[in-house]
Amino acid sequence: MLKPRFLSTAWPDRDHRVWIGHEVDRVDGVLKATGLAKYTYDINRPNMAWGKFLICPHAHARVKRIDVSRAEAIPGVRKVEIIQGEGEEILFHGDEIALVVADSEELARDGVRSIRVEYEVLDHLVDERNLDAIPRDRLRPGGRRRRGNVNQAFEAPTTLVVEGEYGIPMITHCCLEAHGVVAEWESEDRLTLWISTQNVSGMSGQVASAVEVPAGNVRTICEFIGGGFGSKFGPDRWGILAARIARELRRPVKIMLDRDHELLTAGTRPSGFARVKVGVDRETGKVLAWQSTLWGTGGPGGNGTSISVTPYIFTGIPNQSREAYNVRANVGPRRAWRAPNHPQGAALTMTALADAAAALGIDELEFFLKNVDLTDRPDVYTQELLVAADLIQWRKHWHPRGEGGRGPIREGLGISMHTWGGRPHNSECHVHIHPDGSVDVQLGSQDLGTGTRTVIAMVVAETLGLRPEQVNVQIGDSRFPPSGASGGSTTVGGVSSSSRRAATDALEQLLEKVAPSIGVRPADLKVSQGFIVDKNDPSRRISWKQACRQIGMNPITGVGRQPDPEDQPLASQGVGGVQMAHVAVDVETGIVRIKRFVAVQDCGLIINPKTARSQVYGGVIMGIAYALYEECIHDPITGRRLNPDMEFYKLPGVGDVGELIAHLMMGKVTVRTPDGREITVDYDEPGVIGLGEPPVISPGAAISNAVANAIGVRVPHLPLTPDRVLAALAQKGGLA
Amino acid sequence: MDGQKHDRRAGPPRRGFTRRAFLKGSGAVAAATALVPGSRAEAQETGPKIYGPGPVPIRLRVNGEDREVKVEPRVTLLDALRNHLNLTGAKKVCDRGTCGACTVLVDGAPTYACSMLAIDAQGREIETVEALGPDHPMVQAFVEHDALQCGFCTPGFVVACTAFALRNPNCTVEDVNRALGGNICRCGTYAGIREAVVEAARKLKGGANA
Ligand code: FES
Ligand code: FES
Repeated sequence: MLKPRFLSTAWPDRDHRVWIGHEVDRVDGVLKATGLAKYTYDINRPNMAWGKFLICPHAHARVKRIDVSRAEAIPGVRKVEIIQGEGEEILFHGDEIALVVADSEELARDGVRSIRVEYEVLDHLVDERNLDAIPRDRLRPGGRRRRGNVNQAFEAPTTLVVEGEYGIPMITHCCLEAHGVVAEWESEDRLTLWISTQNVSGMSGQVASAVEVPAGNVRTICEFIGGGFGSKFGPDRWGILAARIARELRRPVKIMLDRDHELLTAGTRPSGFARVKVGVDRETGKVLAWQSTLWGTGGPGGNGTSISVTPYIFTGIPNQSREAYNVRANVGPRRAWRAPNHPQGAALTMTALADAAAALGIDELEFFLKNVDLTDRPDVYTQELLVAADLIQWRKHWHPRGEGGRGPIREGLGISMHTWGGRPHNSECHVHIHPDGSVDVQLGSQDLGTGTRTVIAMVVAETLGLRPEQVNVQIGDSRFPPSGASGGSTTVGGVSSSSRRAATDALEQLLEKVAPSIGVRPADLKVSQGFIVDKNDPSRRISWKQACRQIGMNPITGVGRQPDPEDQPLASQGVGGVQMAHVAVDVETGIVRIKRFVAVQDCGLIINPKTARSQVYGGVIMGIAYALYEECIHDPITGRRLNPDMEFYKLPGVGDVGELIAHLMMGKVTVRTPDGREITVDYDEPGVIGLGEPPVISPGAAISNAVANAIGVRVPHLPLTPDRVLAALAQKGGLA
Repeated sequence: MDGQKHDRRAGPPRRGFTRRAFLKGSGAVAAATALVPGSRAEAQETGPKIYGPGPVPIRLRVNGEDREVKVEPRVTLLDALRNHLNLTGAKKVCDRGTCGACTVLVDGAPTYACSMLAIDAQGREIETVEALGPDHPMVQAFVEHDALQCGFCTPGFVVACTAFALRNPNCTVEDVNRALGGNICRCGTYAGIREAVVEAARKLKGGANA
């Protein structure tokens, strides 16, 4: 931006915020709830053709022969493209073999069914749960780290050593809007691409090179997206193929993945398994040593585990020895999945630490409070642990592990903690103030359902003294100034900074224009509730409309960027979060129910607590889903995925998630600790920080810990399905 | 145990093909054949009516209007609405009756449009989310309680919740938990949905939209 000359971009302080920090309804809510919002899946163009894929039914195979002649002979089939033909090695069930484009979706399906493929089936590996059973050539080292001396710590007579194995399986994103695209050429070299993407500004370049036109000739549009969660950053095979074939056929082409195909191909979260040894001081309850062997798979490529997240959060443990391996398995390839690596880190660390607390015989809350100084933000975690404990009524409901009564229903409490960065991404924003008083805000960003549009409208409204509904936010089009992809909770920091600066820049220009007519200097003016007011004499004011009439013919355009080295930072990174679960377990059926789930979350300066709270609920529910239900199940014999559908790839419904409490840490918070200390943290001070990822990290561990507390035994692997709960109980020797 | 994972999709009147609805449905098909002059159906004197193969003209009554489309007999009501009538409010997610994103009302009953053939929907009153409009109390309540994020499940939820609320004006959160398990949201909007349904049910009862 032009460096602010007389206005400051600094966020207004608490007492002077009109919109920021207040509950505002999302600006696109009505459009979505009435079915009028147009997603990529809803784009129908005149004379549009449909594409459907033939996918490989084997986990590992070589294509011996492929015959597409019968498909090509079907009237209405316009194109059959072999993607992986004779001789190609296929590495997982669901990879694409061919694409059929036809006049209708039904005919494209007929075409797919008519293709004959002969495969040579090859050896596969789809079960990576037992490290010792994985062939050497399928393992890749993922690093080794050492600190202090673990052996010495484990051997000290005052150390209690606790060992365990923990696991979290591969899951998928299951975005309700499948991945897909509509491609249409306006002319020989100008392409419009409607694509379900988290990356509007970054898409055109990726597609342009594949179809050999200048990036500026490719327009990417995604006004609404039905979920991404990290799986929708690139054009993918379907994006490129749709563009190419649309040009060849000279008609628009639509390709949306079928649900089975989407679940098999369009992204997974890597699995994580760990053998962990924890040493704690019997006297003080402090964690002294951590040793872990971590492994998991991110698909055929292997990568997927991150050694840096075990131990999770408690990175200050003085003695550590850890190693990691990646397994090359014939399963769907990984993509970033909401908070990459962190849910695994929490599920493998917080469980092991809770087991240590139970072995020591101390209260899990007390144990985590004792050890917060091994984390990066002891004050924040102390506050959040105490606030969460109140909300879940920890003192009332906690009992030592396994002492949850003698009836068939046992209750228990569990804790987990997490962190995330959420730094602001790069973003440019233009704010246009028109002579008629209307305001357009343009950014090539996207709203994943997080409330991005609403947040931008609030920031601009706050800056210009207007109401959010007076601000027309235009995003989701690559013709607008570029913004980063929405991943890693980077969006809100980026767009709030750029739009604040752009609106400030525009306002300065407006104030300069109108100051003479009020007879003051521009710096003596401020905006307030639709008026421009003389700070020194509030009776001297003109309305926003009157002011804008003085603009002249052309609109005023304010420009703002993130980062902006000329300006103070408005956003930063680094949050904490504590979650607690209260569960009831039926030890006869193995069914786990959530009674109450508490999420306490900080994320810097919160612009819209209403949509922020929804993010927390959403993360928690997604976490309950993978804690209790979700898992990609593979048949060890055939290697095929057994549940690429929504009948058996289970997601919770409204009755499955229990009572939910989301508590946001906002403003200056003071908490008194049990030992009488007062801790004060100003959560607004760091500026805006992203929130999408953190709340999804902890539920797996918190719920697993609660179940262990309830039934007296650790269920080692998520999800905590009835069979796993019963098996763990059986190993312990029955119902106890 | 109520609301357990395994029974949430089995909830009685929502999902389905009750005997009454089924019989009614068959009758509708028979009646509707009269709308299809020249189809093979007409040639059949007795026995089951046969449509197709190939696109056949059918008439659907959608949101109070008669609409004519030509679809293959295998085309679902959902695809007919989305691809032929450009009513894209109902969404295609699982396409096999497990998620509720495609929910529309057929003769007032919430129905998975992906699991009904368009030809079977002839002669029946079909209402889609588009009929509700911005001022509908359920739409308003969804916005007010932020019962939506990406919004892809939302139209299906709004329709299913409206049908539920009209029949259960005094419903509680517990009732919502039990009754609305046939719709899935991936973004996790259930906290808001519970509040929205309970509130809108009261408003629908008192208001003109009931
Ligand atoms: S799309 Fe019809 S139930 Fe899922
Ligand atoms: S709001 Fe995204 S799936 Fe429900």
